[in-house]
Amino acid sequence: MSNRVFHAVAGTISVLWLLPIVAVLVTAVRSFDDIAANGLASFPQSFTFAGFADAWTNGGAGAMWNSVVVTVPTVFLSLALASAAAYALSRFAIPGRRSIILLMLAGNLLPPQILLVPVSKLTELLGIYDTLFALVVVQVGFGLGFYTFVLQGFMRAMPNEVQEAATIDGAGPVQILWRIVLPMTRPALAALAALAFTWIFNDLLWAITVLRSSSVMPVTPALLALQGQYVSNWNVIAAGSVIAAIPTVAVFLRFQRHFISGLAVGAVK
Amino acid sequence: MTRSSTRVPPILLLFVLVPLAVEGFWVFWPALQGFWLALTNWDGVSPPRFVGLDNYARMIDDPVFHTAVTNTAIWLVLFGGLSAVSGLGMAVLLQKERRGVGVYRAALFVPVVFSLVATSLIWQVLYQPGGIFDSSPLADPDTALYAVLVPALWRQVGYVMVLYLAGLKGIDPGLYEAATLDGATGWQKFRHITWPQLGSVNSVVLSVIVIDSLRSFDVVWSMTRGGPYHSSELLSTYMYSTAFQSLKLGYASALAVVIFVLAFGVIVTYLVRAFREN
Repeated sequence: MSNRVFHAVAGTISVLWLLPIVAVLVTAVRSFDDIAANGLASFPQSFTFAGFADAWTNGGAGAMWNSVVVTVPTVFLSLALASAAAYALSRFAIPGRRSIILLMLAGNLLPPQILLVPVSKLTELLGIYDTLFALVVVQVGFGLGFYTFVLQGFMRAMPNEVQEAATIDGAGPVQILWRIVLPMTRPALAALAALAFTWIFNDLLWAITVLRSSSVMPVTPALLALQGQYVSNWNVIAAGSVIAAIPTVAVFLRFQRHFISGLAVGAVK
Repeated sequence: MTRSSTRVPPILLLFVLVPLAVEGFWVFWPALQGFWLALTNWDGVSPPRFVGLDNYARMIDDPVFHTAVTNTAIWLVLFGGLSAVSGLGMAVLLQKERRGVGVYRAALFVPVVFSLVATSLIWQVLYQPGGIFDSSPLADPDTALYAVLVPALWRQVGYVMVLYLAGLKGIDPGLYEAATLDGATGWQKFRHITWPQLGSVNSVVLSVIVIDSLRSFDVVWSMTRGGPYHSSELLSTYMYSTAFQSLKLGYASALAVVIFVLAFGVIVTYLVRAFREN
């Protein structure tokens, strides 16, 4: 394919792909009156951040904070527990290690629907229903299998010599994990952290399964509530979607390489 | 591969047992309960009442269940099929490193990082009457399912493209050079080199697609809640509303078991592949 044809084809598709995003950005900075008077498809006659202000002050700020409170501990706990399990399962002769790894992965592949009713009841029973703590533990539990599986594959590929040398020098298994194995696993951890961040930040299903009050809702479910609250205030709804997309887009832009390799590693195992 | 240590230090058992216990408590134990609850009638308040296979028998006469199954099948074919074909097409188009290719790849990939709720709101803005459409395609039972499908595809194509790009990278460029010397056309190269070499990626994409299709919930829930008149209902949305809005927890659990059964074959294939490589 010649260069000119290639750029014409790929360029057209890219522009088409980005068009919805541009449309939403434009809608987000228009005023309500402008949209009401001239229609969504009209050429913008206004420029204002009022939509952003409305979305942010009417629950946006609180929801963003809830998302931080859920996402950061969930990513950290998931990767900490998964690293420990992956280390033991990949570097030591744990009895039944292959079955354990596959069992853990199998748990992650289950359709979440089979878990919703029991998990919701379980959180009620434990008295943590409608708390962010419930959302954190549920998501840690559900994600663990996948993270452990990816990390143990990565750790198995490490040469034995380093570990043997450290053992001879008198380092215990915990020290070896902390000083040698984890630093060598950094690329995989970064990739998984970027992926996990987006998954957890974007989650809707678990949030609406274990949470009810609007005051504890993270950004993704709060966006649904915003839609109900601002019916046909398209500038506010558009601004809300832009705000909700900023954190994950930022993580993607900052960790682009890790992110892409994470997706590839995640699937092409 | 020889293990560096035959005696396992006790702390390492803890390293395995704690995560296993967390997953066991929040995944395996609830899953078992789910299968059990599917055999009961339960409103969530009074104790569950055992009814055997009644919930499954009820599905036979439930028109909404029939719609949900049909729609899930349509979803699997269209969402899965179109995202696989377009993802592969875009990967092949953008496979060669050349100037500007990074920008094109990024353009297709950006929607992947959006939540499905944000995606659905973006498209709801586009669907508003007075814009491209005279009346919203989400409000018409004949078009609602497809109007929901487009945003889902918009977000999935970039993801599948990344999977295929990773697969294409693994193909020996020498094969293409040899084929060029032999005078092969672009299509012949694709047919005889690219496609056979993508075998393992194809099976991965197939599993990802089936699992993702059966899990699809967010985009339908945020755009239509399965309506109007259940016209865009999927098994996943029907299960959720049956459980948490109609409070028929037993029937909802049985619907979840149906989803599990449909996903089972793919899950096992996936695990078998993981097992072989482990």
